[in-house]
Amino acid sequence: MSEQAEKPEDRERPDLTDAPAVIEVKKLVTHYGTRKILKGIDLTVREGEIMVIMGGSGSGKSTLLNTLLGLLRPTSGNVHILGEDLTQISQVEKTRLRRKIGVAFQGGALFGSLNVLENIMLPLREHTKLDVNTMRIMARLKMQVVNLSGFEHLMPSELSGGMTKRAAFARAVVMDPRILFCDEPSAGLDPIVASAIDDLILNLRDAMGMSVVVVTHELESAFRIADRICVLDKGGILMTGTVDEIRSSDNERIQNLLNRRTETETLDPEEYLKRLTAAND
Amino acid sequence: MAEAGDRAIPTRIAETLDKVGRSAVAGIAEVGLGAVLLWQSIYWIFLGRSREQPLRISATFERCMEVGIRALPIVTMLSVTMGIMFAIQGIYTLRVFGAEEQVTIGLGISIVREFGPLLTGIMVAGRTGSSLAARLGTMRISQEVDALEVMGINPVRFLVAPALIAMMVMVPLLTLWADIMMLIGAGWYVTVDLGMSFAAYTDRLLEVIELNDVLHGLSKAALFSILITLVGVINGASVTGGAEGVGRMTTRSVVLSISAIIVTDMIFAFITTRS
Repeated sequence: MSEQAEKPEDRERPDLTDAPAVIEVKKLVTHYGTRKILKGIDLTVREGEIMVIMGGSGSGKSTLLNTLLGLLRPTSGNVHILGEDLTQISQVEKTRLRRKIGVAFQGGALFGSLNVLENIMLPLREHTKLDVNTMRIMARLKMQVVNLSGFEHLMPSELSGGMTKRAAFARAVVMDPRILFCDEPSAGLDPIVASAIDDLILNLRDAMGMSVVVVTHELESAFRIADRICVLDKGGILMTGTVDEIRSSDNERIQNLLNRRTETETLDPEEYLKRLTAAND
Repeated sequence: MAEAGDRAIPTRIAETLDKVGRSAVAGIAEVGLGAVLLWQSIYWIFLGRSREQPLRISATFERCMEVGIRALPIVTMLSVTMGIMFAIQGIYTLRVFGAEEQVTIGLGISIVREFGPLLTGIMVAGRTGSSLAARLGTMRISQEVDALEVMGINPVRFLVAPALIAMMVMVPLLTLWADIMMLIGAGWYVTVDLGMSFAAYTDRLLEVIELNDVLHGLSKAALFSILITLVGVINGASVTGGAEGVGRMTTRSVVLSISAIIVTDMIFAFITTRS
């Protein structure tokens, strides 16, 4: 374990208490069929902040991310992104809003039929009227930022896991978004590459001043990059706070998560079965 | 024991009815989804430019190459073979009545109106429909479709509209090609078996085949192209469960496309021969 990861206080964190909110989630409820997944989430992400959403498997973090991205329609509640309510705006307004956000998916989601450069240029091609040379220059600049220069003409199938994530980051930030969403950025990577991805997220925030929402279950990574952490459990928020506040929390479930104590030690089998089959309550 | 058996029968009936009901609802939902996709594709083809999301011309040409040009060798080979087979069967059947000289009439009309579009439709369903379903399914499980949405790129405009246009242009053209190849194959056998000259065979064909027969076949081909595209897209977009899911939905796409083609063909033939 690296020294940096053990001591998150090593990194100076900006005071963003007075910064305006870029994401405001109020009383968010989401269902999959009859199953209630998110049970009244309230969350605020401020401008320039790195918010890490953490939780165990099945806690609802991916559902929350998909709802924030507008891929899932919530049952009730509001999701304000850059001042616009995702649940109220038209499809055209949603498309316009999406040009101001970037998303780095877990597996990269690069298009297999396009090479790395074409993948990164795609948002520019679709949303701007720039000439091809300018688009190429902009895409190459972003490739430089993510340390991927020289790999322009490789196909996604020829990239390693870390390179795929870097290319996904380059594509996500090519339009200079105000908010960057990252889904499990260090999942499946070796510790060195995972640490480099964490550095990349911090660098992107510092260089481009964007707000970043990271969904992860990697503790080390979360403590390293987060300004604040939101811990989800069973579709609700257990706690939202700074890294120190989360670490010093006396909540048993948070401590279980931090100390990697498995649920089977603490969970009653009846309760576990009920959770698996939980219907709308 | 008997009581338990008596109770089980209504339960089984209820379960069967439940399954039938669910399948019917799912089927109707798929038809509805197909209609929505068709409408959205037409919308993006004609109004995309005004919404700053025009149709991707290069992708459409690429699809045309895939659907039409690259299918030419297999379509040609199978069409010639089928043409020869129809001629063999036609001559064999008509010989019973001593009317084998009339085989050209049957061959000309049945190939242009029926077998050309049908064979092409089935080949395109197996070749292009399956690849469309597999491609979309793989894109879905690797979150590429989600990536398009969050980038503000409409997936129907980006993926479906180019495929639909390519199919609607190339399948009728392939059908025309298949018609010609089948008639050439049949003609070759007729000249060999009946000693008729190829010029005489061609003259006879031109006498019996009317423009309406050709248009009848091409209209069906256009209809089949829409069906194959929509079935492929619906199945590709419904993929769940990784690689196994892609395989399952690809197979389903081919089976449904071919079934839809045959049923539509029958309905089309019935309606157009009544008027």
